[in-house]
Amino acid sequence: MYTPELGKPGAAAPVSRRGEARAFVAAVAARVAADEFIEPKDWMPEAYRRTLIRQISQHAHSEIVGMLPEGNWISRAPSLRRKAVLLAKVQDEGGHGLYLYCAAETLGASRDEMTEALLAGKAKYSTIFNYPTLTWADIGAIGWLVDGAAIMNQVPLQRTSYGPYARAMVRVCKEESFHQRQGFEIMMAMANGTPEQKEMAQDALNRWWWPSLMMFGPPDADSPNSAQGFRWRIKRDSNDDLRQKFVDITTPQAEFLGLTVPDADLRWDADRGHYDFGAIDWEEFYAVVRGEGPVAKERMEARREAWEDGAWVREAADAYEAKRQARAAA
Amino acid sequence: MPSLPTIQPEDEARADGASHEGVFDAPHVETHAKDLFDYALRLGDDSLILGQRLGEWCGRAPALETELSLANLGLDLIGQATLFLALAGEVEGRGRDADRLAFHRDVLQFRNCLLVEQPNGDFARTIARQFLFSTAQLALFEGLTRSTDPRLAEIAAKAAKEVAYHADIAADWVVRLGDGTEESRRRMLAGLDWCWRFVDELFQVDAVETRLVSTGVAVDRASLRPSFDARVAAVLEEAALPAPVYPRAVVGGRVGHHSEHLGHLLAVMQFLPRTYPDAVW
Repeated sequence: MYTPELGKPGAAAPVSRRGEARAFVAAVAARVAADEFIEPKDWMPEAYRRTLIRQISQHAHSEIVGMLPEGNWISRAPSLRRKAVLLAKVQDEGGHGLYLYCAAETLGASRDEMTEALLAGKAKYSTIFNYPTLTWADIGAIGWLVDGAAIMNQVPLQRTSYGPYARAMVRVCKEESFHQRQGFEIMMAMANGTPEQKEMAQDALNRWWWPSLMMFGPPDADSPNSAQGFRWRIKRDSNDDLRQKFVDITTPQAEFLGLTVPDADLRWDADRGHYDFGAIDWEEFYAVVRGEGPVAKERMEARREAWEDGAWVREAADAYEAKRQARAAA
Repeated sequence: MPSLPTIQPEDEARADGASHEGVFDAPHVETHAKDLFDYALRLGDDSLILGQRLGEWCGRAPALETELSLANLGLDLIGQATLFLALAGEVEGRGRDADRLAFHRDVLQFRNCLLVEQPNGDFARTIARQFLFSTAQLALFEGLTRSTDPRLAEIAAKAAKEVAYHADIAADWVVRLGDGTEESRRRMLAGLDWCWRFVDELFQVDAVETRLVSTGVAVDRASLRPSFDARVAAVLEEAALPAPVYPRAVVGGRVGHHSEHLGHLLAVMQFLPRTYPDAVW
């Protein structure tokens, strides 16, 4: 899923092209106002194209790396129904990755290039997937909190300015909201279950709460590049606004589950009409962005192994296809 | 001859009220239910164990498309397992549902064939396993759609459509890998070589199935072998691979005598429900 935590629009258009850049911003606004999009064949500034490739490929990588923490529990799902639902969910994420890579390809980036960039550590993915899934409750917590946070980021992106990305988001959002409900249902079963299950549920909330809040990205004051994203309509809401919305919606859900949000400063502010919440440990966030998350090495190793171990299969498929075409032409 | 107690009028009255089925009928009914239970377990366990194996591919597949396709197959198989095991539990009548049967039996009680429990190995071995199993399973399910047991027929009708796709996609990969590069050909041969010894078991007919075949409930697996052999031969030829030479068969899965691999698979699969037997998930 895409989160703005790593967002960083490319370099601003050079001075000599400022007029063009301004014209493009106006064109974007006009398209959006007319319920239309920028399409692959349309002219676009290089910075817009590069920023989108960065954003969409990060989003795609997040879907693919995001399969790993949940895939960790497919073999151990506690019932046949849970196993089928989890397998389907992880498969959905692979599907999201696939059509996001396709959307990025319309901008001239190849899937192999994007994958190589991920494996080389040049391309980022959501920080949240650098945390381990220790118990079955983590599968519930990921659906409830992580997919919940992702939905808040992604719903506005259905109206983003770039057509292929916006259309991919429509499909992604439908499936994500389904995942979020399934996650909450797992949490409900565990929170209402045996004392051991309830303990697992609380522990999962304790571990996933703060990383989930970090998914919305640095505070607005530290996101100087957001303005460009807004002008290009590839960013629709500020990080802090979305984070507040998430806390406001999720806190009553935790109460409903009978679980305690691990934040001593969390309280309802009647004047603001919002929950106040404690300070986020941004040092932790930036460390994970740098690749120092608890299981960052495991995640990258898993992706690298899959890519390298699968090389002979991809080569075989290409070789066979070439032979087939040669035979057809003969 | 020893003297027997006289039959009293009250005995006669009790006899009038007795059931119409007695000791002569009961073994037949019981045997049928036991056979059907066993048969449904065989079908369900085949799907369950192979579905579990395919789930292990998550995050490891050679490309995103294969990742999705392996998950698809796994999902279908878990769905089939759920239906067959639910039927087994119903036939058994001891209150065990599909989950109880999946998560609370040990190796000796599992009835799947040895082929499906074989470790994934590399992609070629997974494909070899899938191709041989799905090809046999498709023929079996097509036959089962005509079972005299409507519950089996209904599950088979739904599953046959899924398995036709599994068999096709696996055959496509056998051809692609067999006729791809030198390396893929070598790996495809090694994958098939691993699996050949388990093929005979797919067509084995024991006393349980003989009885079920006689009442039209089960399909005579032996009768499916010629078309299986023909299909395998055709695909191998297209893949430019040599025809199979079957080694001595390894069997035992249908009576619970498995490979060493199954115990490890079950240890992983069953760990949560076994560790927390009172929990509902």
